[in-house]
Amino acid sequence: MSKFHVSRRGVLRTGALAGAGLALPTYLRADTGYLNAPTGSSVTLGFNVPQTGPYADEGADELRAFELAVEHLNGEGDGGMLNTFSSKALQGNGILGKKVEFVTGDTQTKSDAARASAKSMIEKDGAIMISGGSSSGVAVAVQGLCQDAGVIFMAGLTHSNDTTGKDKKANGFRHFFNAYMSAAALAPVLQKLYGSDRKAYHLTADYTWGWTQEESIAAATEAMGWETVNKVRTPLAATDFSSYIAPVLNSGADVLVLNHYGGNMVNSLTNAVQFGLREKQVNGKNFEIVVPLYSRLMAKGAGENVKGILGSTNWHWSLQDEASQAFVKSFGTKYGFPPSQAAHTCYAQTLLYADACERAGTFNPCGVVEALEGFEFDGLGNGPTLYRAADHQCFKDVLVVKGKDNPTSEFDLLEVVEVTPRAQVEYAPDHPMFAGGELGSCNPGA
Amino acid sequence: MDAIILQILNGLDKGSAYALIALGLTLIFGTLGVVNFAHGALFMIGAFCAVSMQRLLNLSYITLDETQKDFLGNPLKVKTPYVESWFGPDMGAAIIDWSVPLAILLAIPVMIVVGIVMERGLIKHFYKRPHADQILVTFGLAIVLQEIIKHYYGANPIPTPAPDAFKGSFDFGVMLGFDPNAIIYPYWRMVYFAFAVVIIGAVFAFLQFTTFGMVVRAGMADRETVGLLGININRRFTLMFALAAAVAGMAGVMYTPINSPNYHMGMDFLVLSFVVVVVGGMGSLPGAVLAGFMLGILEAFASMNQIKSILPGIDQIIIYLVAIVILLTRPRGLMGRKGVMEE
Repeated sequence: MSKFHVSRRGVLRTGALAGAGLALPTYLRADTGYLNAPTGSSVTLGFNVPQTGPYADEGADELRAFELAVEHLNGEGDGGMLNTFSSKALQGNGILGKKVEFVTGDTQTKSDAARASAKSMIEKDGAIMISGGSSSGVAVAVQGLCQDAGVIFMAGLTHSNDTTGKDKKANGFRHFFNAYMSAAALAPVLQKLYGSDRKAYHLTADYTWGWTQEESIAAATEAMGWETVNKVRTPLAATDFSSYIAPVLNSGADVLVLNHYGGNMVNSLTNAVQFGLREKQVNGKNFEIVVPLYSRLMAKGAGENVKGILGSTNWHWSLQDEASQAFVKSFGTKYGFPPSQAAHTCYAQTLLYADACERAGTFNPCGVVEALEGFEFDGLGNGPTLYRAADHQCFKDVLVVKGKDNPTSEFDLLEVVEVTPRAQVEYAPDHPMFAGGELGSCNPGA
Repeated sequence: MDAIILQILNGLDKGSAYALIALGLTLIFGTLGVVNFAHGALFMIGAFCAVSMQRLLNLSYITLDETQKDFLGNPLKVKTPYVESWFGPDMGAAIIDWSVPLAILLAIPVMIVVGIVMERGLIKHFYKRPHADQILVTFGLAIVLQEIIKHYYGANPIPTPAPDAFKGSFDFGVMLGFDPNAIIYPYWRMVYFAFAVVIIGAVFAFLQFTTFGMVVRAGMADRETVGLLGININRRFTLMFALAAAVAGMAGVMYTPINSPNYHMGMDFLVLSFVVVVVGGMGSLPGAVLAGFMLGILEAFASMNQIKSILPGIDQIIIYLVAIVILLTRPRGLMGRKGVMEE
């Protein structure tokens, strides 16, 4: 008969082996089994922004914000919004202890070029996340590519309802607001300032963003009593809008809604002011112009024509909350001027991605998706914010702004008229304007 | 009726820009035999002469205003233009206000130099090469020029407003017996149209009534014979290239209040202007002007809601449709010389 000896050392050894054995599958699941799993001491992010083409200036501002975010993630600089972010998972030591590095691509604001540059960053540079962009067409295209490839896409400036509507993807996330939210925020202010008895004439850029913007603002203004007199589509390549603007005054409309962005908006607004629309009286009321989506670069391009014109933005550097001020200070100290809303959303997206990795304990896209879905946070400049699980759209306050009458500098072009609370711009995931398409399931890519 | 008059007016200013660019294009083709795809870039450089003049006049010294803060909480830097301190606030502000018309004075010498450098430095090496080579090299040059401008001025449009005296619009409708607001037209667009008429007239007068112009016209008809008479026709053609560049540059300067200039505005106009030249007839100056105004007006009509509701998208293709029809029925264009580009 053998004797069974139980020694203290034996128990410890067996326990250690059993623990290691149990931990092994978790270890393997956490760091392998997905595309571009970082193996060294660093992790590579891919920033895909327009570096050439008409939105190159906006792309340059996005790139500045990305560089700043990477600095802060790696513990350099003053930390910016890392200090105000409600989640405290990030410690300034990279992501999951790995130093953050980045590569850049040039979208050229063309879907094909953007997909090619994203593909190159994923396949050649090993980028584990793609972010940036300044167009909804590009965002939808790159989001689809990232879903198929198996990396996370943190969208930059994209405002079309479709990005988190019919074209939503499980691997894609949008921090920026959308056309529906702009309309929901803007309509009550328009009613308050211009009344309920108005006739609106829409000029709309003929592509995905323009269509959803027109649909959203027309629905919101009609709901408060406005009549839509006409909706005219203008070619995206148009530069002179005189032949589209000239008929507006004859139409009986007393409001012109310019569903244009970038160069289109600069030219259409300039043309509308040249034709003296703002000095006219129609139906016994002052003629008004509305630009649903504003950006500082557009306001700069249109110059003094933006004075007094209402619109909406995702964020503005003049906000006085602690987070916005921290970001403005970091960015302004480094670059000498305040950040744009495009820069803000790109910075926030980088931090949100890094934080999700930390909380998930992995770079695995499926872990990141799980960490971001339903994530409630604050301290990134927009007040309490939710990353909704159903469509990966961020819900937060929206700013209604107007062109400033007496700017003090070339950056001081817009003033905040109202901060519209989040509850007022929320909608159901199955809202008709966002119908169609499936989020699907996350793709880890391997 | 009022809608038709309105679109004719809109077409006139659009046509003015097409005609001015096409005039230079066809002048270069008629004299040098070169298809210059960099001509749109010359229009763009002219526009940026207006931007440069605006910046020059706005050169400022900085004082700190302790009572106001900038976005970082530092005392606000207040800029005061030198012209305002030299000529007084009112006079200085008036000079700045007129920066676009004043930019013509800058654009003429700049564009002449650019034209001569472009012709002597690059284009003369392609006189005897096929048109395809000329198109490729001038198109490449256009891209280089626009990237240089983008590097120094950025990609964003830069506002260059018209003088205050020409802001706003004129109610033609009331004058013609229509309802108020039926036909309104911006003052600056009227200025642009008048400017185009004057420039086009001046170019024609120069070619028609001066000895220089006579030699150039003779050279356009028979270059070799003029050369055999001991006249240095090449030097005159170089100067014609410079003149064409100056016309494009001035057109660009005066266009800036209509649409804020950006680095790719030359490309936006180039293709349409080339179609204008082809429709007018390669090498035909009156043809270029006629086709410029005709296509500008047709484009304006095609943008009418009544037309677009019947033919959606017609506003984007009308110019090309007309070009196809004209070239099928009259291959040399409306007023083209026999044998030019017909083979």
